Amino acid sequence: MYIYDEYDQRIVEDRAKQFRDQVRRYLAGEFSEAEFLPLRLQNGLYIQRYAPMLRIAVPYGVLSSERLRKLAHIARHYDKGFAHITTRQNIHFNWPNLEDVPDILEELASVQMHAIQTSGNCIRNTTTDQFAGVAADELIDPRPWCEIVRQWSTFHPEFAFLPRKFKIAINGAEEDRAVIGIHDIGLNAVRNEAGELGFQVLVGGGLGRTPMVGAEIRSFLPWPHLLTYLEAILRVYNRYGRRDNKFKARIKILVKALTPEVFAEKVEAEWQNLKDGSATLTEAELQRVSKYFVSPELESFAGDDAGYLDKRSSDNGFNNWATRNVQAHRAPGYAAVTLSLKQTSIAPGDISAEQLDAAAELADQYSLGEIRSTHYQNLVLPYVRQQDLYELWQKCRELGFATPNIGLLTDIICCPGGDFCSLANAKSIPIAESIQAQFDDLDYLYDIGDMELNISGCMNACGHHHVGHIGILGVDKKGEEFYQVSLGGKSGRDAAIGKILGPSFAAIQMPTVVQKLIDVYVENRTPEERFIDTYERIGMAPFKERVYAADN
Amino acid sequence: MQQIIKGNQVVPDTWEMLAKDASLEQLTNSGDIIVPLAMWLEHAHALKARDGRLGVWLDADEEAESIADDLEHFAVIALNFPVFSDGRSYSNARLLRDRYQYQGELRSIGDVLRDQLFFMHRCGFDAYALREDHDPHAALASLNDFSEVYQAATDQPLPLFRRR
Ligand code: SF4
Repeated sequence: MYIYDEYDQRIVEDRAKQFRDQVRRYLAGEFSEAEFLPLRLQNGLYIQRYAPMLRIAVPYGVLSSERLRKLAHIARHYDKGFAHITTRQNIHFNWPNLEDVPDILEELASVQMHAIQTSGNCIRNTTTDQFAGVAADELIDPRPWCEIVRQWSTFHPEFAFLPRKFKIAINGAEEDRAVIGIHDIGLNAVRNEAGELGFQVLVGGGLGRTPMVGAEIRSFLPWPHLLTYLEAILRVYNRYGRRDNKFKARIKILVKALTPEVFAEKVEAEWQNLKDGSATLTEAELQRVSKYFVSPELESFAGDDAGYLDKRSSDNGFNNWATRNVQAHRAPGYAAVTLSLKQTSIAPGDISAEQLDAAAELADQYSLGEIRSTHYQNLVLPYVRQQDLYELWQKCRELGFATPNIGLLTDIICCPGGDFCSLANAKSIPIAESIQAQFDDLDYLYDIGDMELNISGCMNACGHHHVGHIGILGVDKKGEEFYQVSLGGKSGRDAAIGKILGPSFAAIQMPTVVQKLIDVYVENRTPEERFIDTYERIGMAPFKERVYAADN
Repeated sequence: MQQIIKGNQVVPDTWEMLAKDASLEQLTNSGDIIVPLAMWLEHAHALKARDGRLGVWLDADEEAESIADDLEHFAVIALNFPVFSDGRSYSNARLLRDRYQYQGELRSIGDVLRDQLFFMHRCGFDAYALREDHDPHAALASLNDFSEVYQAATDQPLPLFRRR
C-alpha cells in the first residue's frame, strides 16, 4: 500500500484546512450556494434528498485495517452507523452534518485518506482491478500507475474545472476487471515487440445518457510519456469539450463529434509540445512508487492446501462459498477472498460500523492487514492462506459476509437510487431486494450460474446498468417510478452496451420479469452457456416474447 | 477605481477594460486600455499607433493561438472567466506562458473568486480582478492555500517527483 511521505501528508492536511475555512465562510454567509457548490463537490460533499452525502476516496480500492477502523469510527460518530461501498470503489456516508465535515476530513487525513475530487467536474478517483497484485493473469501491477496518476491529477491546476467529470481506469491483467472501456480514459498495460512496457489508450467510453465503449487513440504509449500524454488529452478536452449542455459535455461526445482519428490527431499535436518535458516519468519515480506495492512476504507452499481441499469435498456449504467467493491467487497455497455485501434485505454495498471493524479484524488476522473495495460493491481480502479459509468462512458467516453469491444473479450492482440520491428517477435498492428475494434458492442460483445484473436509479448510470447482462434503469413516467430493462450488456475486455428490451415495467413486476428472462435462458441454454452466451446466440426476440406475452 | 490583486498585493487598477462591442472611435490617444480580441485583430495598426499602453482580453472561447505572434505589443493580457466553473482560461494561460513565453501581466477577469486563485496562480496568472462583491484583501490568503503541489505547472517547472 502506498504510504504518504511528508509531502503527501501536507497536501491532504492543507486541503482539510482549506475546506474548514470554506465551510466557515459558507456558514457565515460569505458564499452563495452556487459558489459553494463546486467547492463542496470537489470535496465529495453532496446535498442529497434527506441529508448531505459525503463521498470518500478509496484510491483504486486499496484499504487497510487501520483505514477500515477509522471509517467505522466515522460511521458511528458522524453517521447513523453505516457506510456504503460505491460502484467506483469509493465510500459514501449518507448522514453527516455539514458542520462536521471538516472534522471528518481531518480524521481521514490522519489515516492518509481524503475526499479530494470525489465529485465535481474534475479528474476523479482512478480505478482498477480489485485483484491487482495478486491476480494470476496479471501482466503488470496497475497500482503504482494508479498512484502516479492520482498524484498527477490531485489539484491539477489546469483541470479543476473541466466541462464534466472525468474518470480514468487502468488495467494490468489479461482479463479486464477494471472495465476500462467505459471510462473517459482507459489505460491498458501492454508490451511492445521489444518487451518494453507501455499503455494502449482508449478514450471516450462512458455510460450515462449516451453509453459508449471507448475508442483506441494510441495502441502503444511508452510508459515514461504517460503523464504528458494524459495532459495533452485533458488539455484538448478542457479547451474543446462542450460546455453549453451538461448532457453533451463528457469527452465521449467530443471524441464522437470529431471522430476518434481527428481527436487523436489533436492530442498528438498537443502532445508534441509537452512530450519529453519535465512531467516525463522517470525510472526513479516508478521505482519509488512501485516499492510500496511489492508483494508482502508470503509463506511458501508447494501447492493447494490438502486440508482445504478436504473440507471442500466434505462440507457442501463451504464448497459453495469457496467456489464463488474465493479467487485464485498467484502464490501457491494462497487465495483472495471476496466478502459479499450482497445479503438479501440489505442494500447492496451497505456495511455497518460493526462490520467495518470486524472486516478490519479479519484483514489483520488473515490478510496481512490489507483489504480492497470493488466496483461490484464488495470487499476483498487479498492475501489469505488456503489453510485459513475454513475458519475464515465460519467467521464470515457470523458477520454476514459469507453469502456465497459472487458473480451470481444476486450479486447485484446497485446505485443508491431514490432512497438517497436526489437525481434519481426511481428507487433502485428495493428492486435489488425484491429480485434477491425471488432468487433465494441457492441451488437454483448456482444452476443459473454467472450473471451480472445491474441497477441504476436514473440515466447517470452509477449502477452500470448498460453493461449488465441484465440491466435495469429507473425511469420516470408521468411522475411514477418505472423500470426499463436491457439485455446483452457486458463488462470486461469485450465490453458492450445492452439493448433495451421494450416498454418499461412497474416495480412490482420486476421479480417476475427477471424470472421470465431466466426461464427463457434455462430452457434454451446448452450445457456450457452462460446467460449472456445464450442471449447472444438466440437474440432478443425469445426473451421479449416471453416477457410481453399476454398474461400467462 | 477597482482594486486588483497584482503579485501579492492589492493595488488600484489603472487600466480601462473595453467591452466586446466597444468601437475604435471611442478611444482616446492616451490612457491604458485593454481591448477585446476582435478589436485587436481588426485594428492592430491603429491600436499600435496610440500613445497609451495596450492590453488585450480573450474570452473563454477565444484561443491563445490567435495572439501568439503579437505578444510583444501587450503589457497586459486578460483572460475572462464568464463563470468561475468554466476552466478554459486556465489552458489559455498556460499556453501563453509556457508555449509562447509571454512575460507581461496575465490577469484573470470576470467571475474571479478567491477559491480559484491558487489554481490561477499555478497556471501563470499574476494579477486577479476579483468579482466586485469580493474583497481582494481577504482573498490574498487563498494564494497560499497549499504549501506543496504534485504537478509541474507554470509556477513550478518541476513536478514533485523530480524534487522529492
Ligand atoms: S444512477 Fe442516478 S439515481 Fe443512481 S446514484 Fe447515480 S445519479 Fe443517483
